[in-house]
Amino acid sequence: MATNTLRQPLSLRLASGTFLAVWCLLAIFPIAWIAVMSIKTPVDAFAGSFVAVLTGPATRAGGQGLSVLDLVLGGAVVIALTRWAFTGLPGIVRRATPAGWIALGWIVAALLYLALFGLVVLGVLPQLLDALDAVAGPLGVPVIGATFEHYYAVWVENAFWRNFVNSLIVTAGVVTVSLFVGTLAGYALARSPSNLAFWLLIAALIFRALPHSVLVAGYLPVFINSSDWLAPIFGEAAPTLYGKPYAVIAVLVAINQPFTIWMLRSFFQNIPTELDEAARVDGCTHFQAFRQVIMPVMWPGVITTGLFSFLLAYNDFLVTSLLLDAQNQTMVPAIASYFNRETTTTDQVEAIAAAVSITAPLFILVMVFQRQIVSGLTAGAVKG
Amino acid sequence: MKPRVFAAFVAPSLLMMLIFIAAPLVSVFGQSFYVTQPVYEQVEVETCTPGFPTANCVTETKSQPVFDAEGRIETRTIFVGLDSYRNLLQLDRVGGYLASGDWGAILNVDFWAALRFTLMFTLITLPIVLVLGLTIALAVNNAVKAIRGPVIFMSLLPFIITPVIGALSIRWLFIGDGILTVALEQLLDRDIAMFAQGWTIELMMYFYRVWHVAPFAFVIFYAGLQTVNQDTLESAIVDGANRWQRLKFVVIPHLGPLITFVALIHLMDAYRVFEEIVGFSSQSHVISLQWLTYDFLQPDDAGNRAISRASASAMLTMIGIVILLIAPVRRAWREHKGVR
Repeated sequence: MATNTLRQPLSLRLASGTFLAVWCLLAIFPIAWIAVMSIKTPVDAFAGSFVAVLTGPATRAGGQGLSVLDLVLGGAVVIALTRWAFTGLPGIVRRATPAGWIALGWIVAALLYLALFGLVVLGVLPQLLDALDAVAGPLGVPVIGATFEHYYAVWVENAFWRNFVNSLIVTAGVVTVSLFVGTLAGYALARSPSNLAFWLLIAALIFRALPHSVLVAGYLPVFINSSDWLAPIFGEAAPTLYGKPYAVIAVLVAINQPFTIWMLRSFFQNIPTELDEAARVDGCTHFQAFRQVIMPVMWPGVITTGLFSFLLAYNDFLVTSLLLDAQNQTMVPAIASYFNRETTTTDQVEAIAAAVSITAPLFILVMVFQRQIVSGLTAGAVKG
Repeated sequence: MKPRVFAAFVAPSLLMMLIFIAAPLVSVFGQSFYVTQPVYEQVEVETCTPGFPTANCVTETKSQPVFDAEGRIETRTIFVGLDSYRNLLQLDRVGGYLASGDWGAILNVDFWAALRFTLMFTLITLPIVLVLGLTIALAVNNAVKAIRGPVIFMSLLPFIITPVIGALSIRWLFIGDGILTVALEQLLDRDIAMFAQGWTIELMMYFYRVWHVAPFAFVIFYAGLQTVNQDTLESAIVDGANRWQRLKFVVIPHLGPLITFVALIHLMDAYRVFEEIVGFSSQSHVISLQWLTYDFLQPDDAGNRAISRASASAMLTMIGIVILLIAPVRRAWREHKGVR
């Protein structure tokens, strides 16, 4: 659209540019700010001026800080590693994995990469930089206060890693089960024009609108007393469902189903029906056609829907806080115990460090899967 | 697709939804008419205090819980009809306030306070989200290609952040002498305590929700803007339509279905407002309908959960959802019949 008539006056372009800049600042400021606060001592984190929080004089006075050398060298290593993940890594994965195993290859690669990243950034780099700072003279003197003691306190002393493992179990379970169940239903709904299919979708829409507390009010008494009413089936070994991660997985999968089948249905609708018909002509049953012809071209849709299932399970507060007990608590409800007891400012900064820890995986998720998230958001809306 | 094949494909998903969504709904409806209480028995207890010449003995009847064989408190479930609803709505109190003209006092009853906030929250954030989302989409569409990717990346962050954490991150900017409170104080030259009164907390909640949802509206509208018919736009220019008229008569009608979609999703989600209450710890000032149910479900000091009242408040919350969904479902049904 290069026509001159559509060219905009400078003032309009300027206004729209300024507006975008303000919006971007607004969008990232709260998140970036808690990240900055989490690496300062409480005095700096809750200081009144922007400069004091950013540079952290009290933290620096405590002898903890980053020198110019640390910033330049450490920053360079982190940026190089991140760039390599997007430029070098995909090629290696593609070459090293046999055809058909690409998904598994990526999972292994992601884990190995995380291990490497952790080893370099948390293990080797600090040692190396400490040694270099000692001999670098003025370049080695701390200029910006930074301390990782709150992260250490949260993850090691308060055993936040337990909650992390619980979150991992719940989210992994929810994503796997809801994709498995959802793809089957989504495929059938996309291929059937019957009234039944329509009413199923409408029921799903209504279920999606339900407040989750309504459902939990139904589960709670049943789950707490489950050892009584399951006794006829399981005998003595009848479990109490309350506090069990697998019960929460089942609940979250069900809560997630309406959304999952709507989204998967719209992705399946984009796959031409001629593909099924060709497979059927060649003698496939419906299930074989689904498994061997449709699923291999559905991966983008499955990944996108999986991302949104992950977000729902990972971000959930209400269901997990009511249905899990303290031993099996996931990360998000666990953080409530921090800000409820925030008696000292150190507690508060530890809560902030925990919050940043919870946000970090999501940040990586957006970085890697931005395209899929956008396509998932628009899939439901634009195509009806 | 034959019905049997269809059923086989849908069965697992349907089963999950029936067991974990439909069945709990029915059971919540049932629970709301029953109350489970510990069984109390009347016991005559004679307590004597030493006295002269005779001990002072008082006989009184006390009620105490009955224990079963395993030493657990025995409970009994009784039908109470609409009592839980009455407890929640407190219609006689509300009637009294109405009669005396003291309208504001209705908000002393938790349920009505929660309803007031939930509705206001939903209706106030809706137009702001739509307008802000559309403005960002137009601005990004206007920008050079190179910066669109980074802008979308930054915009997605508030959207995918865990709601409780998002609310907390804004709370930490304002709490006590937080950085933005100090900035505001300097700007307005007065003392500000953002967490001391209800309305400032509410303002932060509106801000948080708009911040959290506007990216969603933006992405949807931005996708819609890519498909605006350029020919129509150009003929509008030939006809002498100015920028504003083109937006009003070409772009916005094109985005119509998307605006309805975003509005519907936002209404559903905002009506469920809950995480804000937790994140801002606002329960002593502002509560929402879903938080009310959540609070009843939390064990109290004695470890009891008010299941019956929670069920009643859950059912009342549902009424709003039903009202909200009648219109879109009817529309979808008409379209479905039209398509076939």
